[in-house]
Amino acid sequence: MTVDRSRLPTPGPTRTFPFPAIEKSTLPNGLRVWTVRHTQVPLVAFTLLIRRGASSDPAGKDGLAAVTADMLDEGSGDRSAIEIHEALARLGAQFDTDIGSDATVASVTVLSRFTQRALQLLSDIVVRPANREEDFLRVRQLRLHRLAQMRDVPGAVADRSFLRLVYGSHPYGHSAVGTEASLASLNVDDVRAFHAGAIRPDAATLIAVGDCDHASMVRLAGDAFEDWTGQGAAEPGHDGLLPQSARLNVVPRPRSPQSELRIGQVAAARDTPDYHPLVVANTILGGQFVSRINLNLRENKGLTYGARTAFEFRRQPGPFVLQVSVQTSGTATAIEESIGEIAGIRGPRPVTPAELELGIAALTLGYARSFETGEQIGRAALQLALYDLPDDYFEQFVPRIERVTADDVARVMTAHLDPARLVTLVVGDLDVIGPDLGALGLGDAVVLSPDAF
Amino acid sequence: MNISCTRHTLDNGLDVLLHEDHACPIVAVNLWYHVGSKNEQPGHTGFAHLFEHLMFEGSQHHDHGFFKPLQGAGATLNGSTNADRTNYWEVVPSGALELALWMESDRMGFLLPAQTEAKFTNQRDVVLNERRQNYENRPYGLAPMALLAALFPPEHPYHWTTIGNVADIEAVKLDEVRAFFRRYYHPANASIALAGDINPDAALALVNRYFGDIEAGERVDPIHVDAALSRDVRIQFEDRVELPRLYLAWITPAMFADDDADLDLATDLLANGKTSRLYRRLVFDERLATDVSASQNSREMMGYAQITATAAPGHTLAELEQVIFEEIARLADSGPTDEEIDRGRVQAETQFMFRLQTVGGFGGKSDQLNAYNVFLKDPAYFRKDLERYQACTKASLQAVVRRYLDPARRVTLSIVPHGRVQLAAPDSTTAVVS
Repeated sequence: MTVDRSRLPTPGPTRTFPFPAIEKSTLPNGLRVWTVRHTQVPLVAFTLLIRRGASSDPAGKDGLAAVTADMLDEGSGDRSAIEIHEALARLGAQFDTDIGSDATVASVTVLSRFTQRALQLLSDIVVRPANREEDFLRVRQLRLHRLAQMRDVPGAVADRSFLRLVYGSHPYGHSAVGTEASLASLNVDDVRAFHAGAIRPDAATLIAVGDCDHASMVRLAGDAFEDWTGQGAAEPGHDGLLPQSARLNVVPRPRSPQSELRIGQVAAARDTPDYHPLVVANTILGGQFVSRINLNLRENKGLTYGARTAFEFRRQPGPFVLQVSVQTSGTATAIEESIGEIAGIRGPRPVTPAELELGIAALTLGYARSFETGEQIGRAALQLALYDLPDDYFEQFVPRIERVTADDVARVMTAHLDPARLVTLVVGDLDVIGPDLGALGLGDAVVLSPDAF
Repeated sequence: MNISCTRHTLDNGLDVLLHEDHACPIVAVNLWYHVGSKNEQPGHTGFAHLFEHLMFEGSQHHDHGFFKPLQGAGATLNGSTNADRTNYWEVVPSGALELALWMESDRMGFLLPAQTEAKFTNQRDVVLNERRQNYENRPYGLAPMALLAALFPPEHPYHWTTIGNVADIEAVKLDEVRAFFRRYYHPANASIALAGDINPDAALALVNRYFGDIEAGERVDPIHVDAALSRDVRIQFEDRVELPRLYLAWITPAMFADDDADLDLATDLLANGKTSRLYRRLVFDERLATDVSASQNSREMMGYAQITATAAPGHTLAELEQVIFEEIARLADSGPTDEEIDRGRVQAETQFMFRLQTVGGFGGKSDQLNAYNVFLKDPAYFRKDLERYQACTKASLQAVVRRYLDPARRVTLSIVPHGRVQLAAPDSTTAVVS
């Protein structure tokens, strides 16, 4: 048969893929145990979610939640940090801790035959960290060194400065790692107190994905975590007020060959009823390779290796941010074009039927590939636990995305983004780009120090 | 434990590898061209990678960019170039397999009619920005340039990085695109793997239909150029960094060659993770360093082992260098412990199991099948690959440390903060890198 190259083949139907069922139990101490049967490979992936993250840092103690998470695997009971890691290594375990604004996550993946030993070790690490002072001092010192090194990483400087600009003193306004000043003020008692108040079973969900039946996993988890007690402390409150920052801000980086840009504002929380339209809108604007912004800045103008936008949905309203590194000479053009694209999709240049169709298809047709590995399934289940999403969330995702219209896109982008309030942050060579920035009509650029976190 | 696979070779020389896995309704399409930056010439570096970019800009029968139809079908896709090979992959919903094969075969068979100066200039600018973002504007970002240039002599194909030199990228002409495409981008220099929700007979028929008529090109003979260090090459340069960093590198055996797996495990136990000897001593106990890592970087012709450590404030790279060589000597003299060997084996077993989890993407099953087929002509090598690691012993690890991590034949690179050359390892000459 000869090949018809006059047109592309139309994809055929693909069988539906049900998200694997989550079985749920709650232990007497409040720890929720969720299991998902996944038998492709003899591995089991544990994800332990604790719904306390960097936004729970007490005032003046930025970085405490992250240091506490970092201290979890620095020794338990009589065992040193090295001994804990030797125990993990004997299981061939992949262990990790991760800290976000709203969550602390400890995860461990092992061969199925080590299921019980891995659970016990995970409990030793999370429930009974030694929190010894000498280890704390070492860990804090390493974090201070990392902070110093981050001053030279344009992306890290941009991320931190941007958060501070749009959130100010709000709990989302600092990066998880904290500042040199806040880290220097912490002591090991702060870590012990934070652990006692935050790392508690009533704030935790253990998710196990692998070749395991629910009842035996609940029994094993009960054995491992039964002496984990106590209740989480109340969260620090905040008035929710956001700063009014200048529209244009620059962290000077002399002789920088590129400018690192962040453009955005505080937008929507994970529980917004506009979630699905916002996801579609972002896909079209800057969420995929063929998005408007990437095609404009990369494929049309060649100013960058790539540009992307994202709504970072969190428990409270999270930021919308465009991030891109552009060649220094193209800085002002990139800012102007980016803001123009954000403004355009709100109404002046509405999404076309073809764009909408493509965006929806990109989000829905390949949805199954997000659930291929045990760790992917564990991360998906974690979203349900962290954001209180319903059990049928994954079944509903595709039909909800498919219902999004062009009007929805314009409406939600108008409701959640305001070009006049977008904050632009540039880490770049101010001497070179200064004159161009002045012509953007965004007002005088506020010059920030890279240390002004 | 294996990746079951059947291999067929089309009349035009294209290798087709098929692996069934119906867990998810997706198919991975993974296409390797056996060409990388090692096939470039001095003065023309960066070309294989720049060419990879052009492969996404459209071909004769679909001259509108490669991403759009595939993303519209729910696919994810990408490509990458290294010293030895270039790969392109899509992970598509099962129903879109034919679309992916249409697109891949069109750019294999009909790329050149769609090439224009405008596309070419645009992607050259994108690549120059990729280089700025990932190398020039990143702390320690120019380390690979300095290391490779010191490890391998100027005419050696591993002397330069895959991203290439700026002047070379700027000097490329569109004509070179045509010659390069004809030389390397044809069925006889390629291997395609389909992994996932396929019917093997139907999938093979589809591949034959879309690729079978593409003209076989001229066979590309493997290249091999020897290289050896005869001394300790000590270089340094200043960078926009806060802390000085030391890089040690040695020329080592090729990917899958004897001693490759042993070196992989030996570098792991030296400096991978908190249980490793160097982490323990440099970061945990003596606190001379903020981080340390090591790897055996295997390549087709030969590899290089590398140890990297960043000095803590107040310490010099000379101090790190001394401790690192004390630990190498200790490992060479006494070998690893039983416990270290046991850990290395179970970690290898877990790592290999991890590699069975995904059909597509970088490092998924389709990518692994192509690696084994292109480099070894043995797509069923997965099990033997694991056996290489299970066969390592105390004696074999000790032997490779003695033989390859030789203090007298290595590269010693120091990257120090501007104005702080005194922190560099002693007796280093200034390297010019860009």
